[in-house]
Amino acid sequence: MSEMILRDAMSKALREALDQDDRVFLMGEDIGAYGGAYAVTKGFLEEYGEERIRDTPISESVFVGAGAGAAMIGMRPIVEVMTINFTLVAIDQIVNHAAKLSYMSNGQFKVPLILRTVTGGGGQLAATHSQSFENWYASVPGLKVVVPATPYDALGLFRASRKDNNPIIFAEHAMLYRVRGEVPEEYYEIPLGKARIAQEGSDVTLIAYSGMVKVAEEAAEIFYRNDISAEVIDLRTLSPLDLETLVNSVKKTSRAVVIEETWKTGGFSGSIASDIQEAAFDFLDGPVLRINGPDVPAPYAKNLEQLMIPKASWIVDQVKYNFGL
Amino acid sequence: MTTTLNIDKELALDLYSKMLLIRRFEEETERLYRRGKIGGFLHTYIGEEAIAVGAIPVLREDDYVIGHYRDHGHALARGLDPKLAMAELCGKSTGLSGGKGGSMHLFDAEKHFMGGHAIVGGQLPLAVGIALGIKLKKLDSVVMCFFGDGAVNEGEFHEAMNLASLWKLPIVFMLENNLYGMGTQVNRSRAGGPDIYKAAEPYLIPAVQIDGMNLIEVRDTVIEGVEKVRKDQTPIFIESMAYRFHGHSVADPSNYRDNEEVEENRGRDPIDIFKENLLSANFATNEEITAIDELIENQIDDIREFAESSPEPEEIELYSHIYASPEEELNNE
Repeated sequence: MSEMILRDAMSKALREALDQDDRVFLMGEDIGAYGGAYAVTKGFLEEYGEERIRDTPISESVFVGAGAGAAMIGMRPIVEVMTINFTLVAIDQIVNHAAKLSYMSNGQFKVPLILRTVTGGGGQLAATHSQSFENWYASVPGLKVVVPATPYDALGLFRASRKDNNPIIFAEHAMLYRVRGEVPEEYYEIPLGKARIAQEGSDVTLIAYSGMVKVAEEAAEIFYRNDISAEVIDLRTLSPLDLETLVNSVKKTSRAVVIEETWKTGGFSGSIASDIQEAAFDFLDGPVLRINGPDVPAPYAKNLEQLMIPKASWIVDQVKYNFGL
Repeated sequence: MTTTLNIDKELALDLYSKMLLIRRFEEETERLYRRGKIGGFLHTYIGEEAIAVGAIPVLREDDYVIGHYRDHGHALARGLDPKLAMAELCGKSTGLSGGKGGSMHLFDAEKHFMGGHAIVGGQLPLAVGIALGIKLKKLDSVVMCFFGDGAVNEGEFHEAMNLASLWKLPIVFMLENNLYGMGTQVNRSRAGGPDIYKAAEPYLIPAVQIDGMNLIEVRDTVIEGVEKVRKDQTPIFIESMAYRFHGHSVADPSNYRDNEEVEENRGRDPIDIFKENLLSANFATNEEITAIDELIENQIDDIREFAESSPEPEEIELYSHIYASPEEELNNE
């Protein structure tokens, strides 16, 4: 067992893909000569050469679409869009094309495209650079959405992703790249659509993903000190969604809180809360709570930005207020 | 007066049949649409047949074709089964995509027909990717990508031209300039004027403008162009001047075009032009031409009957192929 940061886990995952599968190539903005905006692909250009490590112009639409096109003829492109904010420039290729080609061709074409991108706020990058759109993509049939929270999961989920034959949004949280965790030497994979019970508990279920798992764990720690047993579930993937694990947990705890970094209105937490209520209403002691960032564009000023990223104390306060715990 | 045609006689007659098949196929789609048998949007290729038939049969089987939503002509020129195409238009289980794609989204993986694509310009990045895949696999196939004058004002057009040239990708950019992006005349939508092929020059892509009503001109240009793309592994750009004889879609009465313009262009019917070529080269007599016409008419009857009598998709198909399973083989492996 060795320890590594999430950035290194991703580098390892990409190297493996390049080493083991000659259909794999990488393309994206500044992944080569610059080494990647978040340094995940540092040294790759020297190691693998220009053919397979392709620096693109700042033309998200064409290089994301080109990933889909190459996938249509059996390549396995891994495309990096520097941040999820920029994927909006390519959303036509993602939503109208990559996601639809299998269905519209009745399965004649598959699009094994991994779109790696960086999500989340907290870096004082203001309104255009701090957003979390993975929840939007999770609502599109035909796409899968992977949102790792640990180095172990980042590697394991990526291994499964590159064996999948569908377009995948692989969203890495900017604030998690330096998170350290154990990663075994032995090979393992984590299947897409299987949530992780990060911590077992019996009084309340805290459901989170990506950057919010850490926040849920902090809340669980506070609960523990107050003799409340919280179960923390890390979704790992938004699509497919492991509703079964959520429902089983809620049947045990009777209380659920869904935590999501971004806006409440239209948030994915709403969809999850609704799914749980439909599936386990009789087991619930109260409404499924939603902890989201407020509906505001991300501000620049540090103190203001911190006001829009959910905190453990928000979870604790809401659980106390609603469930009397 | 006898003129010479620089094309094999048998092939010439086959190409004539293909053009006529597209024309009669499209006329039948309009009738089926009016009878409520075809739904959604229906964009016919009537008037533009010389481009698809002049260009696509030049390609090899291992080349690729991708295009826009006015795709029936491209599909038939590529040799897709017209019965399956018509069944697709009628939303039947026997259709090319089991009735799930419809008129604007015809696909045939076996024929390397990579789709009609219905978001204007959206097929251009895909074409770049297919060409990139060809390059990385070290094959000598080419991609022929069709798009209309409406697509050239999309950002994706410029992004695709830039990357295709920068990375030296084997693409034949086939612009079908029918002068109208839906109802908006090209002069009212493009600052650069009507000679769109000039838009390729800043990207260092060799470009020509040709008469898209003249099959022989299209074919000769494409033969030379495809050879160059295959040899040099670089893109080229061919602008075919065209005119659609009917509205943008069947629902369009075409009020934005004046009758004089429409009539003048109908006077340059690509099928009549090629028919005259055949007759004056003594490739066919009037009787032989009539025989081809009758053959196609009968074929259309079979096509319609097949489509109409085919069953609708099973309801369970609503949920099939949203995702590919990991066990399935990838394309062209």
